[in-house]
Amino acid sequence: MSGYTQTLAGQRWHFKDLKEVMAKASPLRSGDQLAGIAAQTDVERVAAQMTLAELPLNTFLHQALIPYEQDEVTRLILDTHNAAAFAPVSHLTVGDFRNWLLCEQADEASLKALASGLTPEMVAAVSKLMRVQDLVLVAQKIRVVTQFRNTLGLRGHLATRLQPNHPTDDPAGIAASLLDGLLYGNGDAVIGINPATDNPSAIRDLLDMLDAIRQRYQIPTQSCVLTHITTTLQAIEQGAPVDLVFQSIAGTEAANASFGVNLALLQEGYEAGLSLKRGTLGQNLMYFETGQGSALSANAHHGLDQQSCEARAYAVARQFKPLLVNSVVGFIGPEYLYNGKQIIRAGLEDHFCAKLLGVPMGCDICYTNHAEADQDDMDTLLTLLGTAGVNFIMGVPGADDIMLNYQSTSFHDALYLRQLLGLAPAPEFADWLAQQEILQQQGQRLTLSQSLPKLFAPALNH
Amino acid sequence: MAQHPEIPLSVSSPVTKNPWQALRQLTSARIALGRAGTSLPTQAQLEFQLAHAAARDAVHQSLAIELLAKQIRALGLPLLQLHSAASDRQSYLQRPDLGRQLDAASAQQLEHYAQQHTNQNYDLALVIADGLSALAVERHALPVLKLIQERCGSEGWSLSPIALVEQGRVAIADDIGQRLKARMSVILLGERPGLSSPDSLGLYFTYNPQIGCTDAQRNCISNIRQDGLSYPLTVHRLLGLIREADRRQCSGVTLKDDTQLPQLSTSGHHKNFLLP
Repeated sequence: MSGYTQTLAGQRWHFKDLKEVMAKASPLRSGDQLAGIAAQTDVERVAAQMTLAELPLNTFLHQALIPYEQDEVTRLILDTHNAAAFAPVSHLTVGDFRNWLLCEQADEASLKALASGLTPEMVAAVSKLMRVQDLVLVAQKIRVVTQFRNTLGLRGHLATRLQPNHPTDDPAGIAASLLDGLLYGNGDAVIGINPATDNPSAIRDLLDMLDAIRQRYQIPTQSCVLTHITTTLQAIEQGAPVDLVFQSIAGTEAANASFGVNLALLQEGYEAGLSLKRGTLGQNLMYFETGQGSALSANAHHGLDQQSCEARAYAVARQFKPLLVNSVVGFIGPEYLYNGKQIIRAGLEDHFCAKLLGVPMGCDICYTNHAEADQDDMDTLLTLLGTAGVNFIMGVPGADDIMLNYQSTSFHDALYLRQLLGLAPAPEFADWLAQQEILQQQGQRLTLSQSLPKLFAPALNH
Repeated sequence: MAQHPEIPLSVSSPVTKNPWQALRQLTSARIALGRAGTSLPTQAQLEFQLAHAAARDAVHQSLAIELLAKQIRALGLPLLQLHSAASDRQSYLQRPDLGRQLDAASAQQLEHYAQQHTNQNYDLALVIADGLSALAVERHALPVLKLIQERCGSEGWSLSPIALVEQGRVAIADDIGQRLKARMSVILLGERPGLSSPDSLGLYFTYNPQIGCTDAQRNCISNIRQDGLSYPLTVHRLLGLIREADRRQCSGVTLKDDTQLPQLSTSGHHKNFLLP
């Protein structure tokens, strides 16, 4: 009989193919149930995990979960696989790969060297055998450092994306949230607006405004308007000041098509961004967002579980040497991640898988009001990701995004992690904050200005 | 009560206020909240919890269907009361596929209606569903419907009976539009409640609605509420979409609404104080 079998206490479990083993080995989540591919019982799940643990890691090099001929993401993954980098773990089973990752020889240097030898399917597989503490412990060994106008991802640092959204893109409303964020020490990863429209002239206005603010106050960071890549390409052609090129991406060709993108278009966006030569320290300039469930939601998952689909998106991301990548973990809603428990686990899996693959991973720690989740769940994920070494989180005024109607992390939340874990902003940004007497940080000691910093006093007093 | 001798009578508050509170006039975002240490002060914390509780209640509140039905009939519009295949909220939240289709009884009811009105050709199928906020529907659906009725009347477009659907998602309008053989469909439904906007209504427009239409074939007008998009502007944009869809025989991403957005996005904008 083809497929895989596992006998537990006299009961025989059969899985018809590798895809079914992966789906049934996934810790419970509503999206896999919605797709009809989740394990039916807890014991079936463990039977699938035991089956998975016994498989050689190189199984994933020989069996494509989504056919090579049908999917350009599969082709990208297999064509760019680095066999030499894979060598140190090529003899291991998935179960022993977990053991290897937890041991001392898996350190910052060896994991960095391994990244291009791993495929998304391998890291997704091993993550399914891991508990939360494993996902945290292994991820924190890894650092993925990127640069544009500052340095992100260094050990002992945590950055924030300042997200000053406004329901009608009102310039003064955006400026108010933006200033609030800066004065709470946020904005080193990027100052990034989700625009209310994708109207090209409105996008241009926002790009001009963010760039003018950055230059006027000499803020060592980058800006971004998170619009479709074709709109950004158009803006670049028209001479707009584009720092980062943004796009939502997913792990299958068909899901990317539902976003209106493919690898060639992403390459075109990347090259257009590079042509502007706006980075002063480095040229990492792509910004990608991802999230479990997007492939299923576009009916583009090929029967593959949502966490494996998500990990494949990181192969797309790393191809373009991004500055920032984040999963918007709880945004998609309870059909895919039902409650706080599922969101927390997914956020840690996404961070772990991306870091193992060498992707500079942040996280939009978030939830919607129709999910069974609350601020306590977000605090839990925030604290765990802080200890896991997440590159950046979001900074939204009071955690309430009034444009996208969901709850993310607040400016205060970032300061909580800084204080708790002694995590500093990006060095260049930290220097600017100190010079402007906004925020001084020494280890876990934070000093915020009591009065209005001189730099911004004129703007507020006229 | 005895005072401790070392503590002054007026103890300063442990909360550090932000000297930029005036900026709160410029946005409904939660800015200048102040801090306790570096954390959220108690008052801001409780305000957030209250808003979250209100949004949660909005998700789980059921639509006062009889009242709304009565109000719609009072407009002189025929009404069909329908239910999706999602039997309750729990099932609605976890099974989007069920919220997109009618339950068997409703499908039969609609078939029956269509058979009795075979000579009717509708330009527009009008659907109202609870979506994720019954509150939004209760507050805003009727005034928007009234304006649509007026404007479509003066354009000479024919309207289907109003389909009022419980536990409905956007794509259920495809099912309804197809069964009524309408040229276009409009669905009004409650959007996912935001913390500061538990009552935001959304409108989706589809040309040639058919079961299996994708989101790329729809146009969305969102954020219809007191502090968001006004009713007249909503219906103005909808009429623009209908005319353009009629002309080009399609709806969705290919129907760019370039013309109407600048008007929306620049109305009432304030100058950016951070720049000269």
